[in-house]
Amino acid sequence: MEENVVLSMKDISKTFPGVKALQHVDFTLRKGEIHALMGENGAGKSTLIKVLTGVHEFQTGEITMDGQKIVNKSPQEAQKNGISTVYQEVNLCPNLTVAENLFIGREPRKAGFIDWKTMNKKSTELLQDLKIDANATDKLEDVSLARQQMIAIARAVDMQCKVLILDEPTSSLDDDEVAKLFTLMNRLKEQGVGIIFVTHFLEQVYEVCDRITVLRNGELVGEYKVKELPRVQLVAKMMGKDFDDLADIKSAHEGLKEFIPVVEAEGLGHQGTIKPFDFTVHKGEVVGLSGLLGSGRSELVRAIYGADKADSGTLKVNGKEVKIKAPIDAMKLGMAYLPEDRKKDGIIADLSVRENIIIALQAKRGMFRPMSRKEMEEAADKYIDMLQIKTASRETPIKSLSGGNQQKVIIGRWLLTNPDYLILDEPTRGIDIGTKTEIQKLVLDLADKGMAVTFISSEVEEMLRTCSRMAILRDGKKVGELSGDELSQEGIMKAIAGGVEDE
Amino acid sequence: MSNQKSGLKKITSMRLFMPIVCLLVIIIVATITIPGFLTISFQNGVPYGYPVDVINRASELVILAVGMTLVTAASGGQDISVGAVMAVAAAVCCQILSGGEVSVNSLAAPIILAFLAALAASALCGAFNGFLVAKLNIQPMVATLILYTAGRGIAQLITNGQITYIRVDSYQIFGSYIGKFPIPTPVIIAVVVVIITYLILKKTALGLYIESVGINGTASRLVGLNSTMIKFLTYVICGILAGIAGFVASSRIYSADANNIGLNLEMDAILAVALGGNVLGGGKFSLMGSVIGAYTIQALTTVLYGMNVSSDQLPVYKAIVVVIIVVLQSPVFQKALASRKAKSQAAKPAAEGGN
Amino acid sequence: MGNKNKTAMPKKKISATGFLLIITIALFVVMYAAGMVVFSDKGFAKPQMFFNLFVSNAGLLVIALGQTIVMITGGIDISVGSVTALVCMVSAFEMENMGMSAYVAVASALAIGLAYGVIQGFLVSYLEIQPFIVTLAGMFFGRGMTAVISTEMISIKNELFLAWANFKINLPIGSYSKRGKFIPAYIYPTVVIAILILIIIILVMKYSKFGRSVYAIGGNSQSALMMGLNVKKTKFKAYILDGFLAGLGGFLFCLNSCAGFVEQAKGLEMDAISSAVIGGTLLSGGVGVPFGTLFGVLIKGTIQSLITTQGTLSSWWVRIVLSALLCFFIILQAILGNIKKKK
Repeated sequence: MEENVVLSMKDISKTFPGVKALQHVDFTLRKGEIHALMGENGAGKSTLIKVLTGVHEFQTGEITMDGQKIVNKSPQEAQKNGISTVYQEVNLCPNLTVAENLFIGREPRKAGFIDWKTMNKKSTELLQDLKIDANATDKLEDVSLARQQMIAIARAVDMQCKVLILDEPTSSLDDDEVAKLFTLMNRLKEQGVGIIFVTHFLEQVYEVCDRITVLRNGELVGEYKVKELPRVQLVAKMMGKDFDDLADIKSAHEGLKEFIPVVEAEGLGHQGTIKPFDFTVHKGEVVGLSGLLGSGRSELVRAIYGADKADSGTLKVNGKEVKIKAPIDAMKLGMAYLPEDRKKDGIIADLSVRENIIIALQAKRGMFRPMSRKEMEEAADKYIDMLQIKTASRETPIKSLSGGNQQKVIIGRWLLTNPDYLILDEPTRGIDIGTKTEIQKLVLDLADKGMAVTFISSEVEEMLRTCSRMAILRDGKKVGELSGDELSQEGIMKAIAGGVEDE
Repeated sequence: MSNQKSGLKKITSMRLFMPIVCLLVIIIVATITIPGFLTISFQNGVPYGYPVDVINRASELVILAVGMTLVTAASGGQDISVGAVMAVAAAVCCQILSGGEVSVNSLAAPIILAFLAALAASALCGAFNGFLVAKLNIQPMVATLILYTAGRGIAQLITNGQITYIRVDSYQIFGSYIGKFPIPTPVIIAVVVVIITYLILKKTALGLYIESVGINGTASRLVGLNSTMIKFLTYVICGILAGIAGFVASSRIYSADANNIGLNLEMDAILAVALGGNVLGGGKFSLMGSVIGAYTIQALTTVLYGMNVSSDQLPVYKAIVVVIIVVLQSPVFQKALASRKAKSQAAKPAAEGGN
Repeated sequence: MGNKNKTAMPKKKISATGFLLIITIALFVVMYAAGMVVFSDKGFAKPQMFFNLFVSNAGLLVIALGQTIVMITGGIDISVGSVTALVCMVSAFEMENMGMSAYVAVASALAIGLAYGVIQGFLVSYLEIQPFIVTLAGMFFGRGMTAVISTEMISIKNELFLAWANFKINLPIGSYSKRGKFIPAYIYPTVVIAILILIIIILVMKYSKFGRSVYAIGGNSQSALMMGLNVKKTKFKAYILDGFLAGLGGFLFCLNSCAGFVEQAKGLEMDAISSAVIGGTLLSGGVGVPFGTLFGVLIKGTIQSLITTQGTLSSWWVRIVLSALLCFFIILQAILGNIKKKK
């Protein structure tokens, strides 16, 4: 038996109806280590976490903590056993104070009454101890998201957790905040807490983690020390094969010969989200928007598309000045917008694949010109076929499709409207690498056919593969553009960090 | 064997299956408890009997249920002000017809004018609800609670606190019969309303829009739908339909009784929507289901009356039916049921083999 | 979306909740003062008039407090009016038609309230059915049951009951008659009970684990669950407490009306909801102040006495004005909420 093991999961299997989510998976966590749990979508990461925290039951296998067998029936029970989880969406109550959020459910009491004074005092101490910059008596909703996350961690730490699960905690943080979070994680590590770190960001794994466990298709691929596993190999292990497709797909595509502007924004802006910017996209061009999350890249396209109505500046489409009040106006001008948050803004869950595909075209045509059943079916079949959407039938509700296939449906929805200008906001987020490459190729093909595309992605590599020009955003402002030789990983990073002169 | 099974499954999984079963159950219960429930007799060429009575009396409810279905689908909530809006419409209508008198034997204004004014008033009520729900994002039932309470008061103010009687034959036909025509006018009106709504949903994309908005408002906006407008529209439609129902109800009793017109009908309408297999949380809907639901409710009401239950006491039974339906519809209950089923199946040896 | 990540705003400013509460209290003071000036000849300025607000709304206050708790969880209870009618009817029927003691009536009133709380609470919290639908059914059930018991009005003549109802508690303040004789202002035991309940609820909501859990689940039930709170149980308890308070409030109401009839307390749910909303409880849950609810109730009482004192307006106006006021506050909440979201 290995020393220092705080948690071990052995031979865990879990099946959902028709799906083997986990098959004989082992996982070991030691004291004072940061252990990355990696895998593509559908690899079984979240199922494993849910089994561990008692959200799901499991069929075979056992979980032991400090050598004792435990069975968690609910997250609460897991917490009692010393397993705490901090999720991407902060699970705290916005309407309560920071102190309450730290202590709810275990408030200090005096004669049966909650002792607010002690609670606030203890909270202040805890926050200071972990160097979290927040007031105990502030309402949580007045505290920044990053701090909320740290408060959630502080809560877990104060509850004497031995195992801390961080489920994609960095997705909505900027670099600065991520750095602070890592400092906190390292401090906890020194205190002997075992941390399970679930993330999509390879860089972060190599920055803080000690070990990596890789899952694929519900099976264990292996456990590795970070130092001994080069990135390329990690990617290969996650995908199960060497992905040649990942190689340069852009070289096959030629550069633009003539520059015909499709969309020209001048001084366009939306109060509070994006400062006035100039932005032009030409026919057949893929322009990337790069910047940190919250830098205004989504907000920029939303202002163009009318998702947030622009309150300053002018917009020209195909050379003519236009006013866009709502998305429908933009659609009528030949725009299409694939939003960042697929679940919230993209899919219409209970509607069928067919209806999800045709809805945009139908909306564009207007209420009084409904599509016939035949038209709809043909359209749906065409894109199911073209994008190779894996669905039982065109009448299957979109919610029962996998994330990647849902995304393809949404892409199909927009292609059906035959747009001149396609905006893709994080089209590949949370999608397996195979589909990712397909989407990237598709984007380039569309551009070859003359479509203007704006592509937003958090992954610089992906942007480099698809875009021929890139606008850089920082703090709600467009700060520059890169093209040609400037387009390199380093160049972009520098620009984002503030290396380029402001325009 | 397996073929039969799948055929049966096909039938039971049809959307209208449960609503029709409910209706049949009520009819069977009625036939057993009330002698001669199903017999129809003719007097002067006009059919009489329980079935005719049910279909006739259900007319207002059918009209309300149509509006309620749309509101439910688009906003995921119910409009509980429909009964009060009926009273407002009836008050406006009768007040115009009577010219302010308490009881009249001749009309002070053309019926069509009064009818349109009533519809305008009810559309206004609907627009008010729609504004609160669609524009200000207030929970539908809280928003409509305002008119639910204030509506009858407003109706009272319109009629100066009196019951206005319109003792004119040409007004009464909308609640009874047109000359010797054997079908009661309310039934015709209800059928026309259902057909028009059905055609609107079928011949325009409104049905799809409503479902789409009800399922995901933000996504709908981004694909170019005006979510706010569509929600608002359903409330206006619901208001207008309540106005039509109020007009029929007032014609039936040739008066505007602000306290009693449409009393407790909001409950019946919600019940009809739920019985029709529609999820009260919004999204996909079935208009026909709600219509069948409405007839089922009316049949239930008639049966209860036939069993000597007074109208004051009716809500007890309907409340119980509502609770049963929502419990059956509740995902938690269904999940519990499914897991029990799964367990009992797992207990049996898996002889049939996997798929 | 993006600017959420910005650093927290350090400036301390008044919260939306506080703002609403201040509006409410100011509104009450202004309305009451206006009444004192306009209707001073009709005795509006007498202290007794003020205490009458409590006397006639003691039951409502208790019921509205229950409503407040349920609304903080993010729910609503529209059955309270018919629970009141049912409680009054059952009490009257037991005492008058069955010759039972007033103690039995109290017990059955509380039992009815508890039963309502348990059943509605179970359906809402454990079966996750929309509170509105559940309590709508409860509302119709209660009203219907009242009619099942008796469609005739029953006046209560039970001696013990009437002794409770008419037990005057004189206060050290009062007014002077024309001859200069001191007439003390008085209240009834119902007021004492209601105030006691108010204090208890304020303490419970601020200082008990249950109270804070109610706020937590109203703020974000998913988070509350993840933080180890038993969301379902808390909600269940909230509805039980609400039911109990509705039963108790119903009985206090009965002590005031001394009768039971089908149409009784119709629209009381609306009064309770408006009181809570006007008092600063957010319809979306998570925010609410029992102390504010008191002012909501007082405002409703003031509107009522203003309209009664005025004399010529029909009683429908009370409901219409109250609805308008509710509408105003709902819109105010929506606007404040939208501003907050945009921030």
